Order: sequence, then C-alpha cells, then structure tokens
Amino acid sequence: MFQLKDVKVDPILNIKALHFEQRRITSIIGKSGSGKSTLLKLLNHLISYDNGIIQYNGQDISTMDPIQLRREVVMLSQTPSIYDGTVKDNLLIGLKFSEKDTDSIHDQQLHDLLEKFDLHKKLDENADDLSGGEKQRLAFARIILMDPPVYLLDEPTSALDDETADEVMERFFQFIKSNQKTVIMVTHSLKVAEKFSDKIVDITNINDKEMSVTHG
Amino acid sequence: MDSIQDITLVQLFTSYIFILILIAIVKWLGIRREKEILIASFRMSIQLALVGYLLTYVFENPNPFITVFIILFMQAFAVYNVYNRVKTKISTELKKIIAFALFLGTTLSMLYFDFIVIQFTPWYDPRYFIPIAGMIIGNSMTGITLGISTLMDGMHSKRQYIESSLMLGATPKEASRFIVRQSFDAAILPTVNSMVGTGIVFLPGMMTGVILSGADPMIAIKYQIVILLGITASVSLSILLLLQLGYKTFYNNKAQLKKTT
Repeated sequence: MFQLKDVKVDPILNIKALHFEQRRITSIIGKSGSGKSTLLKLLNHLISYDNGIIQYNGQDISTMDPIQLRREVVMLSQTPSIYDGTVKDNLLIGLKFSEKDTDSIHDQQLHDLLEKFDLHKKLDENADDLSGGEKQRLAFARIILMDPPVYLLDEPTSALDDETADEVMERFFQFIKSNQKTVIMVTHSLKVAEKFSDKIVDITNINDKEMSVTHG
Repeated sequence: MDSIQDITLVQLFTSYIFILILIAIVKWLGIRREKEILIASFRMSIQLALVGYLLTYVFENPNPFITVFIILFMQAFAVYNVYNRVKTKISTELKKIIAFALFLGTTLSMLYFDFIVIQFTPWYDPRYFIPIAGMIIGNSMTGITLGISTLMDGMHSKRQYIESSLMLGATPKEASRFIVRQSFDAAILPTVNSMVGTGIVFLPGMMTGVILSGADPMIAIKYQIVILLGITASVSLSILLLLQLGYKTFYNNKAQLKKTT
C-alpha cells in the first residue's frame, strides 16, 4: 500500500526502506520526538520530504493531488477537532470537507454510529458541550462515516482514559476488520499496539537503518 | 445661508489651554501619559497646518494631475500604514496582496461614487475628490488592518485546527473558511456599527463640517449617506479581495500549511 525509499526529512527522519501492507493494522511506536507523527503526516502529504520517494498503491505521492490523496488516506489528529455547530454537523463535516454526498445519510444511521461509540447524545446537541473523551469518540465516528480505504491515527487514545480507550479502540477495529481497511497508527502505548495491530514498527529501529518491517 | 464663522489665532490657542490643564491633571495623577498627549496634539497641529496650506493651494489651482497624484499618495501612505500597524511580520507575498486589495478596492469605490453617484464637474475637482478619497481610503485602511491582523492571528493560533481539517480532505479554502469569515467580521464591524449609530449617537465629522459651513442640513445628510455607503462598499471590497487572495499565501502548492518562521 505504502512504499518508502530513502525518505529524508531533515533532521527528524531518515528511512532507507519501509513498507506498509494493505488491509493490515500497523502500529508505529518509538520515543517522543522520534518522528512518529512526522512519518504519519508524510503518508497523507501533509508535509513534504526533502529526499527519496513515497508510493501509494504504486503511484508516487508527489505526483498525486494531495487533497484527493487525503480523501483516501484519512487522518485522525491527536487532539479531536470540534467545529462550531451540533453533533450532527460534526459527524457530517468530514464528508462535507471531502465533497461527498451527505443527503443519503439518515439520522438513524448517525444515531446508531453514536451508540456504537457509547455516545448517548442527541444529534442537535451543541458539540462544544461534550467532554474531551466524548469529542474524541465523536471524531472516531466521523471518520468511520467517511469510509476511506486507509486510516492514519495519531495517538488515538491520548484524549481517552484507559477504560474508554480500550472500548473505543475495540469498536473501531471491529469496523476496520469487517470492512478490510488499512490502518497505520502512531501510539506511545505498547499495550494498545500489541493488542490491536498485526505489525509493530519501532521507528528508532528503522531510522537510519535499512529495514523492511515484517515482524509482529 | 450664513458662511462659517472664522476662528481667530487667539481663539485657536485658547483651545490648547484646555489640553494643558488636562496634561497637568494627568501628570498630577501619575498616569504618565502627558508626553503622549502633548506630542500627539503637537503633531496633529503641524500636520493639519501643512495640509491646510496644501489644500488652499490645490483648491485654488485645480489640476487633474495634482488631484490624481494626491490620491495615489494617500493610497500609498495607507498601505504603508497598514504594514506598520500590524504587529506581526507580514510575508512579502501578503504585503503585495494588501497593496493590491487596498488600491483596487478604494479606486473602484471612488470611481463609482464620484463619477456615477455624485458626478461633480470638473471630474478632478479637488474640493470633492480629495475629502471623499480621504474618508474612503482612511476607513478601508482601518478595515484592512483589522482584517489582516485577525487573519494572520487565526492562521497562526488555529494551525492545529486547520491541519485537522486538511487531514479530513478539506481544500485550503474550506479549511480556512472560518478564519476568513472572522476576519471579514473584524474588518467590517466598525463600519457597520458606525452606520447604525449615525445620526442618533453622533453626527459624523463630515456632516458636521458641511453643516458648519452653512449648507442645508438635508444636503449634508445626503452627502453623508453617499459617503457612508461608499465607505462600506470600499471596506467590503478591499477586505474581500484581501481575504480571497490572502488566505492562499499560508499554503504551498501541495495544500500544506507553510512553516511559520
């Protein structure tokens, strides 16, 4: 799915070779400041690299329209971004941003999605009144609604307490597995990485070293 | 109609006495602003005295070149003033857009309100052209300063928020929409508020001047309406040009937020 060769972002990253497989869940771990988030942002072209090549499905991402790429490779930010408006507005904004049709989505569908993430909120409630953890769950529901082939998650559990984290991740990966999605996730929690991923990449090992990651 | 009563030099100096008393009180209270008030009063007096001589000459010798030159000078000075009044460093790209927006926005508004609405003759008559230009350019300058400050501040402080939107596949335009809207509000609100309060809370300076000079209040009011609409049009047009072009300077051609320096 993603193929990286000699990718350099001065002075943070220097990756000789790295491969992310399709329909797999890969976790990226490593010390803070080791460039985990940077690596993630390279994959949806949110930042550029100084050197090397990154391919998505065999295509060089620097030749692709970055906005179209981000609509296929949707990223969840570390801190949930909540927009002015209701819970419903916030659920639909991902689809609106990616210029997809929202008319065909019924309120019942949105309601079920909220329930799935244990959010017992009304659709017309002001989203800003939600707690930090609830906002993160809303953000998860939002990207599920977008239904892209690839997800990038940046520290998805950092806004959640341990118990909720487990439950939310459980629900999310249930959806991922039954829908055959690809996930690349950055996490500081080895526990989360071990529990949910097919593969674990330690960024401190791949930086500056030639390594194709297949263990896990 | 009576013509306006002159103010003698003695009377003029009497007005400074009031300010001197005020300065004494400010000093006595230890507010430490006596210097600022003194310098500002002095500067204003010198500036206006010079403008008085200049306007007297220009009004007595109407000339299209001089009129156009003065307008261009005012626009250039307004652009320079915006650069100085914005606290943070403005990128060269954005500076060009500010100059373009202010110049085009004010020029189009002046052309419309001077030549289609008021239609004074000759077209370059400095008695009309210069004061109207002053009001339109001055207000647009204030609007642009407020708008650009809000835009730059928002693009900086809401960086994470904007990136989150880009991560969901938003175009730069969509991702910055809320900041563009905020900036427009910040720029246009003073003008809107002044329209709402006009006539009830205060009489605008321009109208006061026309009434004092002995004109019929109805004529003064008609001028005032035209001017306020002209100001609104010019502020809106300038700020729209600025924002529609300006937000783009914060992104590169890969739809990424540029690094802040």
